[in-house]
Amino acid sequence: MTVSVSGPAIALDGVVKRYGSRTILDGISLTVHAGELVALLGPNGAGKTTTVEILEGYRTADKGTIRVLGQDPRRGGAALKARVGLMLQGGGLDPRSTPRDVLRLYARFHEGARDPDELLESAGLGGVAATRVRRLSGGERQRLALALALVGDPEVLLLDEPTAAMDPEARRATRMLIARLRAEGRAILLTTHDLGDVERLADRVAILNKGRIVANGTPADLAAGAEPQLRFQLARRLDAAEFMRLGAALRAEVTSAVPVAEPGHVHGSFRVEGAPPDPSLVAALAAWGAAEGIQIVELRAAAATLEERYLELTGDQDVEVVP
Amino acid sequence: MSRPAAPIRAVAALAGQELLLTARRGENVLVTIIVPAAVLLFFATVGVVPDVAGRPVDLLLPGSLALAVIASGLVSLGISTAYERSYGVLKRLGGSPLPRWGLVAAKLAAVLALELIQVALLLAVASIVLGWRAPAATSIATFVIALVLGTFAFSGLGLLLAGTLRAEATMALGNGLFLGFLMVGGIVLPVDHLPAPIAAVAGLLPASALAEAFRVALGSGADPIGPLVLLGAWGIATAGLAIRTFRWE
Repeated sequence: MTVSVSGPAIALDGVVKRYGSRTILDGISLTVHAGELVALLGPNGAGKTTTVEILEGYRTADKGTIRVLGQDPRRGGAALKARVGLMLQGGGLDPRSTPRDVLRLYARFHEGARDPDELLESAGLGGVAATRVRRLSGGERQRLALALALVGDPEVLLLDEPTAAMDPEARRATRMLIARLRAEGRAILLTTHDLGDVERLADRVAILNKGRIVANGTPADLAAGAEPQLRFQLARRLDAAEFMRLGAALRAEVTSAVPVAEPGHVHGSFRVEGAPPDPSLVAALAAWGAAEGIQIVELRAAAATLEERYLELTGDQDVEVVP
Repeated sequence: MSRPAAPIRAVAALAGQELLLTARRGENVLVTIIVPAAVLLFFATVGVVPDVAGRPVDLLLPGSLALAVIASGLVSLGISTAYERSYGVLKRLGGSPLPRWGLVAAKLAAVLALELIQVALLLAVASIVLGWRAPAATSIATFVIALVLGTFAFSGLGLLLAGTLRAEATMALGNGLFLGFLMVGGIVLPVDHLPAPIAAVAGLLPASALAEAFRVALGSGADPIGPLVLLGAWGIATAGLAIRTFRWE
């Protein structure tokens, strides 16, 4: 796989998109190089699909520059489309069609297409090649949509939620396939809701929240970027009075310590801001727990995990973590 | 890495796929193949057609040919395109190297191919079952022009609905218009047999223009210019509107 472009395969710079008075993308800048996989992570409505659809040429940005393989996707025409593989949310598959029909049809739109039967096999769809799309499972449709993205042997892949609606086994197989595509030197941008995708696949992750990129780095950098903090989970939720006494107990030890309830957790999960997780702080917490008779189920004095950082940055309540 | 295929190859591939999918849908086969032939056979044999010069088949064959064109362009193409739009099929095709004009060209090519099958079937039924013979005044040129202009007008109408309305609304309106054209579009009943106020409007419909053009082509001896110009105007109007208003997703 050779990618014949100098500079990044995908480049967005200062991209703004508005629908009426609503700002969907508020100045997005992002690059993806050949052989690199960048995950665009964010809650629903953050602007992930809009970003991808601008790169696919379906939408025009109001501001900013967009380059895919060095070209404006709105003007690249058929020659650019032949070099970019895309997977839409919902797939865009005709329910009357079969996997073999669809792949053969799209293969004939390309000069130098990959063999449809090989693609069916590698996507694990050999057994349902002649089954109507209507009768395929959600995961099979997703794999077909991904196979369809590969028909033209593309240098750039734009994948919108490629592992959504999959059972764990299909998800694992799909992640392996995507990892192989990256290793072949293709530039891949995928959107996801799933931190497992990010941890297992991404060279870099860009977290999108309310139309802005709030973090951009390797998954490890991102998690480690946070200061170590004391994080703990209690056996139950606290009422307002208990929470007040917790704050007072911690401040008595370190005056700047502030307990914060973690978003996205139904049980009593907290972190302590404004103070390093020193043994004295842990002792103060343990003493408070003993006095109140509240069990501390879990306690950690380390940097945040990716999930914790993500929740801090977005307040996303619906994040999926599928191992 | 790949390059776009030659557009003609891509269009031929998609047209073939369109025909295959049309054949897989029972309701498409019913409305495009069975209904026009059934209309021809039923009305030609039960004798309910009012007194007209010549035999019933001379009136009904051109009418059912027009109905076949309406079924292919308005009903079959319109409804399947509307559903393709709602499933995101058109959007996905828009992301492939196939140009958008290629998508439209493939759909029209598939409609024309389907119409050839319909025409062959209806001519066979008329001549084998109903004893119809092509009159000496038959004009193949007029027939072909009428077929092409009719295809534009009714495919344009089908795509106009498909590109602007929800799939369910396209299905309802497409079938409703099909029934309306069957009743007052000069298909089984000459327009001048309708009550005067209805006849005035019915005479301007694309269905009656197409049926009349086919009657001229099959030897009625009238002047083809009037109906062909009317049909062409409908084609420009519906196809033009469809191009301006079509939403791909």
